[in-house]
Amino acid sequence: MQEIIKISNLKKIYEGGVIGIDDISFSIYKNEMFGFVGPDGAGKTTTIRLLCGLINPTDGNADIMGYDLRKDKMKIKDNIGYLSQKFSLYTDLSVDENIEFFADIHGVKDYKERRNELLQFTRLTDFRKFYAGKLSGGMKQKLALACTLIHKPKIIFLDEPTTGVDPVSRRDFWKILSDLIKEEITIIISTPYLDEAERFNRLALFNNAKILKLDTPAKIRESLHKTVIEIVCNNIRSADKALKENTNYEIQTFGDRLNIVADSFEKDFPVIENILSKNGIEIQDKRIIPASLENVFIHLLKTKKTELQQL
Amino acid sequence: MNSIEVKNLTKKFGNFTSVDNVSFEVYRGEIFGFLGANGAGKSTTIKMLCGILEPTSGDATVGGFSIKTQSEQVKRNIGYMSQKFSLYNDLTIEENINFFGGVYGLEGENLSNRKKWVLKIANLEGKEKLLTGSLPTGIKQRLALGTAVIHSPNIVFLDEPTGGVDPIERRNFWDLINTLSSEGTTVFVTTHYLDEAEFCNRILLINAGKIIAGGSPKELKENYIKTIILEIECGKTIDALTILEDSNFFGSATIFGNYIHVKLKENDTEENAKDFIVKTLSESKINTSRIDKISPTLEDVFITLLEKKD
Amino acid sequence: MLTRIYAIVKKEFRQILRDNRSLILIFFYPVFMLILFGYALNYDVTHIKIGIYDLEKSELSREFIKTFNSSEYFDIVKYVTSPEEADRSLNDKTVQCVVTIPVDFSKKFYSKENASVQFLIDGVNGNTATIIMNYVNSATLGFSEKVSADILAKEGIRITRPLNIAGIFWYNPDLKTTEFLIPGLIATILMVICVTLTAISIVREKEQGTIEQINVSPVSPFELILGKIIPYIFLAILISILVLILGHFLFGLEIKGRIIYLAAGTILYIIAGLSLGIFVSTIADSMQVAFQLSTLISQLPTNILSGFTFPIESMPPFIQIITNLTPAKFFIIILRSVVIKGTGIEAFWQQYIYITIFALFFLTISMIKTARQRRTV
Repeated sequence: MQEIIKISNLKKIYEGGVIGIDDISFSIYKNEMFGFVGPDGAGKTTTIRLLCGLINPTDGNADIMGYDLRKDKMKIKDNIGYLSQKFSLYTDLSVDENIEFFADIHGVKDYKERRNELLQFTRLTDFRKFYAGKLSGGMKQKLALACTLIHKPKIIFLDEPTTGVDPVSRRDFWKILSDLIKEEITIIISTPYLDEAERFNRLALFNNAKILKLDTPAKIRESLHKTVIEIVCNNIRSADKALKENTNYEIQTFGDRLNIVADSFEKDFPVIENILSKNGIEIQDKRIIPASLENVFIHLLKTKKTELQQL
Repeated sequence: MNSIEVKNLTKKFGNFTSVDNVSFEVYRGEIFGFLGANGAGKSTTIKMLCGILEPTSGDATVGGFSIKTQSEQVKRNIGYMSQKFSLYNDLTIEENINFFGGVYGLEGENLSNRKKWVLKIANLEGKEKLLTGSLPTGIKQRLALGTAVIHSPNIVFLDEPTGGVDPIERRNFWDLINTLSSEGTTVFVTTHYLDEAEFCNRILLINAGKIIAGGSPKELKENYIKTIILEIECGKTIDALTILEDSNFFGSATIFGNYIHVKLKENDTEENAKDFIVKTLSESKINTSRIDKISPTLEDVFITLLEKKD
Repeated sequence: MLTRIYAIVKKEFRQILRDNRSLILIFFYPVFMLILFGYALNYDVTHIKIGIYDLEKSELSREFIKTFNSSEYFDIVKYVTSPEEADRSLNDKTVQCVVTIPVDFSKKFYSKENASVQFLIDGVNGNTATIIMNYVNSATLGFSEKVSADILAKEGIRITRPLNIAGIFWYNPDLKTTEFLIPGLIATILMVICVTLTAISIVREKEQGTIEQINVSPVSPFELILGKIIPYIFLAILISILVLILGHFLFGLEIKGRIIYLAAGTILYIIAGLSLGIFVSTIADSMQVAFQLSTLISQLPTNILSGFTFPIESMPPFIQIITNLTPAKFFIIILRSVVIKGTGIEAFWQQYIYITIFALFFLTISMIKTARQRRTV
C-alpha cells in the first residue's frame, strides 16, 4: 500500500502552553478511509488543522503526497479539501453560488459539469437555487462536502462531519462517502462517536494529545483480549449496583440489559451469577457478545490511568 | 398513576402542524426516550409538556397537573435541561447553584443540602469556587443536570442533553440519568443518537409530528426489522461493492470499514443471498472470506421506518 | 491570483446586494445624518428678535439700526423706552437681544474714541446666546468698518481693510454653517460606513467559520484583503456621490474646485477607512465586538478630533498632535479646499500623502496580523 501522508514527530503547543498534539508519528495510505477517533480536546482537530496547513507545527513535520508540510503549503492546498466542524457555508448564497465560489478560489475554470455531478451525487440538484441558510442540517453538510470536492482534491479532511446531524442524514452521508472511496480519494475523518469508528479502514484512537492505538477496527477489538457478557435480568439497576460493589468489572447498563467486560466466560460468569443470586436477582438470558470499540477505548483509558497511578 | 399522560395533543403554527394528534403515557420512574429527526416535533412537544407553549388542541397531564389549566404547577414540579441550557460561564459553580436554587425558592438548610448533592453528582466537591466557564463540556453538562433538578422534581425533561459530549462523558451522564431514575424520578429524554436510545426503558419515535412507533428497544427491533443485513468480508472491497451494486440483487450496498454491508430485498432469504454473493464475486475472481448476518440497531429500525414513510 | 481576487469580489458583491436590510441602512444612514445635522442641529440662528433702546436717536444711530434690519438674521421687533422695559421684554421672551445705543454714540464714534454699544442677550440657552453674540458682534464690526471707511474716504484717505475679521466665517460669508458642516459630515459618514462594513464582513466569516475554508484554499492574505476591499470601494464611492447630490439639493452645495482632486482624495480616504476596518477585524472575534469597536474607532475621532465640530486650533497642544491620527482631519482639509474654497492642489497636496501613509500603515499591519494568525493560532 502506498503512503499518501507520512507524519513524523508532529507536535503542536499552543500559546499559553496547552498541548494540542504531542509527538505523533504514523502514515495514512492512499484511498483509505482513516478515522481520528476520541473525545473532545484529544487532539483530533489539531492534527487535521496541522495537516491542512491552517496552523504551523511547533515541532516535527509531515509529508503529504510528496510535499513537505512546512515548505510546500501551497502545493498541498491545491490537492486537499477540508470540511470544518461548522460546515462553513455562505448562508446568503445559493447552493450553486457556494460551489461556484469555492471553484473560483481554487481556480477551477470549467466547474459547471463537475458541479452538476456533485449536486447529483449529493442529491441536491433540486435545491440548487436555494440559499444555503434555508437547507436542513443534513443538506448543509452535503453541500459543504460538495464544496470541498469541487477542485477534485486527492485527500479530504472532514472534521466531525456527523456531529449534530440526524440519523437519516448521517446514514446518507456515510453512503456518499462510501461512493467517494471509489473515486480513489483518501478520506480522513474525525469523530467523537465510537459507533461510527467501525466504518473506517483504519483508525487512530486519540486521547490527551496522544494516540492510544492505531489499527483496523477488527484488530483493535481483538487487542482487548476480553469477553463481553451480556445479561438480561429483572432488575437491571440493582444488578448493576450489586456487581459494581462486589467486583471490578467494567459494566455498561442498557435499558433492559447489562454488558460486563470480563476476562473469560468460564471464569467470570459463575462469579456474576453468584453475586446476582445472592441479591435476589434472576438472570433471564445471557450471551457472549464481541467487544465494541467503546469497550476497548474505555478499557485502554482505565489501564492508562492505573499505569499513571502506579508511577 | 402515570407521570405523564398525553391525549390528542396537537400544535399548529399557522398552516404548519408541528405536533399532530399525539397520545402516549410515561410511567413513573422510567427513562423514556423521545426520538426523531430535527424538525420532527420533539422540541415542540417538550415545550408543551413543560407548560411554556400552549397546545392548539388536546391536553396532557404532567405529574397530575394539566398543561392547559395548571401550567404554573406543572413548571414548579418539573426540571428541564437542554443542550443549549447553559449555566452562567462567568459565575462560579457555587454561584450558579445558588442562583438556580433561588429561582426555585430553596433556602437555608434545604439549599445547602441540595447544593451538596449537586456537587456530589457532578463530581465537583471542593471545586465550588471555580468559574463555570473553565469546566469541560461533560462536567458542565452534569452540573447543568444537577441544577435542573435542584428542587427535586418528580419529572425531568432532557432535550438533547448529550450533544457535543464525548463517549466517556456521555456514559457518565447516562449513569447519572440512571441514578435519578432509580431514585424514582421520571426521565423524559430526547436524543438523536440512537445508540443512546438503547439505554431507555421505552422509546417513542416521532416523525413529521406523528408517532410512528413505540416500545422497548428490543420490541422495536423485533417488530420492525424484517429485512436482513449481511456483512461481507472479501478481497478488493471497492470492486466488489461496484459488482454487487450493479447486480441489482440487493436493496442497497455500502462500504462499511473494511467490509461491505448489503441490505436484502424484502422477501429474500439469507441462504439465497449468501449463495448469490459467493457466486457473483467468484466470477470476478474475488474471494469471499466471511458473510455474517448483522443484528439490527435502533438506527436501522429508525431508518427503516422513515424510509417506509417516504 | 486575479481569478481568486475576482472570486472574492464577486461573492462579496452578491452578498452585499442580497442583504436588503443592510443595504437600505447603508444608504439611509447618510441621508439621515445629512438631514439631522443639516436641519435639526443647524447652528444657524436666524430671525433673532431684536429690541432697540436708542438713547441718542441720531442719524448715525439710525444708520446703525439699519444694519440689523437689512439682514435675515435679525428682526427688529420693538423699540423700548426704558431699561425696565428692556428687562421685561427679555424676560417674557418677546426679544432675544436688546441693543442699547448710548447718548454719546455719535460723538464718541466721530472723535475716534471707542463708541460702545451695549447688548443684552437672553442667556438661558447658552449655545444660542453665544451664536447671537457672535452675530451682533460681527454685524457691529461690519458697520464700524464700513462707516469708518466712508468717513475716511470723505477725508481723502484710503485704508487697507484688515483681513479676516470674521475669522472662521471668512469662506462662509453668509455664515451658512450647513455648507460648512458638509465636509465633516461626508468624512464621518464615509469613515463609519467603511470601517464598520469591512470589519463586519470579515468577522462574519470568522464567526461562521467560512474563513477556514478560504484559509485552506490557495487564497493568500493579500488576495483576501484586496478582494474584500474592492467591493466596498465601489459602494463607498456611490455613497460619496449620493451625499454630494443630497448636499446640492438640500443645502445648495456647489463643488467650486476640480472634481478630479475631490475624487482622488475621496478614494484615498475610503481606502484608509477600509484598512482601518480590516485592522478592526483582526482584533475582533465576534460581530458584536467588531461593531462596537468599529463605531468607537470611526465615529468618535472623526467627530471630535478632525476639526469637524471643534476647531483644532483651540485644542490643547497635546490633543492637537493626537488629531493627526485621524485621516478625517486631512480629508476635511481637502474637502474644504476643493468643495468650498475651490483652491488648487497646492493648498492640500500634503493631505493626500498623510492619508496614504495612514492607509498603508493599517493595511500592512493587518496583512502581517492575518498572516501571523494563520500560522500560529
